[in-house]
Amino acid sequence: MIPETLRMKLESRVKQAVTPREASVDVMKELQAHYGWLSDEALASTAELLGLSTLQVEELATFYEMIFRRPVGRTVIHVCDSVSCWSMGGESLMQHLERVLAVRLGETTADNAITLLPCSCLGNCGDAPSIMIGEQLYGRVTPQQASQIVNQKLM
Amino acid sequence: MKQILLRHAAGTPTFEQYRAEGGFNALKKALQEMSPEDVQQAVIDSGLRGRGGAGFPTGKKWSFVPRNLPGPRYLICNCDEMEPGTYKDRVLLENNPYLLIEGIILACYALQAEHAFIFIRRGYEKAAGYLQKGLTEAGQAGFLGKNILSSGFNLELGLHQSAGRYICGEETALINALEGVRANPRAKPPFPAVKGLWGQPSVVNNVETLTNIPAIVNHGAAWWKGLAATPEAAGTKLFCISGHVQTPECFELPLGIRLGEIIDGPCGGMRPGSEFKACIPGGASTPFLTKEHWDVSMDFDPVVKAGSRLGTGGIIVFDQNTCMVAATLNLTRFFARESCGWCTPCREGLPFVQHTLQKIEQGQGSVEDINILQEHVHYLNYAFCALAPGAMGPVEGLLRLFDDELRAHISDRSCPFTG
Ligand SMILES: Cc1cc2nc3c(=O)[nH]c(=O)nc-3n(C[C@H](O)[C@H](O)[C@H](O)COP(=O)(O)O)c2cc1C
Ligand code: SF4
Ligand code: FES
Repeated sequence: MIPETLRMKLESRVKQAVTPREASVDVMKELQAHYGWLSDEALASTAELLGLSTLQVEELATFYEMIFRRPVGRTVIHVCDSVSCWSMGGESLMQHLERVLAVRLGETTADNAITLLPCSCLGNCGDAPSIMIGEQLYGRVTPQQASQIVNQKLM
Repeated sequence: MKQILLRHAAGTPTFEQYRAEGGFNALKKALQEMSPEDVQQAVIDSGLRGRGGAGFPTGKKWSFVPRNLPGPRYLICNCDEMEPGTYKDRVLLENNPYLLIEGIILACYALQAEHAFIFIRRGYEKAAGYLQKGLTEAGQAGFLGKNILSSGFNLELGLHQSAGRYICGEETALINALEGVRANPRAKPPFPAVKGLWGQPSVVNNVETLTNIPAIVNHGAAWWKGLAATPEAAGTKLFCISGHVQTPECFELPLGIRLGEIIDGPCGGMRPGSEFKACIPGGASTPFLTKEHWDVSMDFDPVVKAGSRLGTGGIIVFDQNTCMVAATLNLTRFFARESCGWCTPCREGLPFVQHTLQKIEQGQGSVEDINILQEHVHYLNYAFCALAPGAMGPVEGLLRLFDDELRAHISDRSCPFTG
């Protein structure tokens, strides 16, 4: 069940939309923020709020990099694996993070704190290699810095 | 060098500061002294070409929009910016969100469009925050909403935040994404100018394209055109550089400046120990340029003559230690992953090309694989949208410019760079 205040907020977002579907990404994001991921229950709520079938919402949910249809840790670390970051040592940064967190790409730490995911260009290519923790962007990340950020912020 | 778009590099201005230095004067001038046709004509005369990748003349695109159809017309500002190596629109918006807002209002006035959207990618939350604040401020000052500056012109401008997918930048996929439909591209024709968002005439323009409009209206088409480095080029261009140079930043430079001048000038040359080997001139979908192209004029047509495209102006520089097969493999993996899956050549073809490159990179390729790659450069032109041909840009460049490197991988049965 979603809290009444959130339901009202989302209903008013849908009302403002040109058509209800137009609000679909916003609604999925809000519900994901509430549940931590877009659970089946969140998907069903999205469908109900937008007047769509769950299949129609699934079609959208599985399309976007930032909508998680599987549980993730409390924090998601996205590591850019596109070409500018690759040219500046992105692959070794990725391997370093896998070692430090003791997970492989796509996995979540045992304490459920962090999920490590690769992602496409973060639009921070001049400051490669780049990672994104939640909505916070970090550039020119050395392996040492990556360890520091992870230790300070998350562990 | 004249800075129009990035003139606030010292710090993002507040709304009041932007107004105090003449911000929104172009809007006042247009609404009070110019007809919508005048604004469109100024943009045509300026020679402005789209900064989103395809370089289509902006005024000409606007002129395709029928003005006599019933129902609304839309302008959509494309800030999906997910092509690897490209970060200019983010820098631009973080420098000054008001320039874009003013540019959009002017474009809408020219098109007599009363509804517009800014479509912004995920990860650009800072820029989106600036824009949201700017929209509120512009609304309070009477630059948005009903009867703007008592001219009778109305405009509603909304911000749509996406959730991350490269194909959403393709204009018809973007329109589907905005409508809340799975963002596969649509067939063209009908072109969006005639039948776009919710079936209505729509123009999609890039952030940088629209941000140039205030200066064109303020200073005139001829002045703006003259900012370029060559008589053929028009205006300034944002070049965002990444890779092995000393200073990989985003610079506003005259369009038509030589490639070598960018790298040796604002980029400060190559980083210590690095020598220039090749670069991608305009984002991940553009074929490589090499030292032989050092003097190419960075303008749309000259870069095409040199075998590539100006694209987005995202220049990715590689030094002598870069394996071009590995670089191309990385690029291909991006496109294979971002393929929207709608059509078979791209959905099936790009992973196959990726696999073939991977085999070669790992020393398990054969000469036959080179032919297979060559054929796919051709086949993928038959895909449904421009993503797949774009994906083959770097592969085509690899085959044409680095044949020896490809063959060394095959004959040595290993990558010459990593052993
Ligand atoms: C796969 C793909 C991705 C694209 N991504 C973007 C983008 O992120 N931003 C953009 O402005 N144009 C992008 N484009 C180009 C747009 O389709 C469209 O041509 C452009 O937004 C038009 O704006 P302009 O005329 O101002 O350049 C993309 C095209 C393709 C095929
Ligand atoms: S070419 Fe690729 S991205 Fe374009 S429609 Fe086909 S599958 Fe989708
Ligand atoms: S390539 Fe990594 S941020 Fe652009």
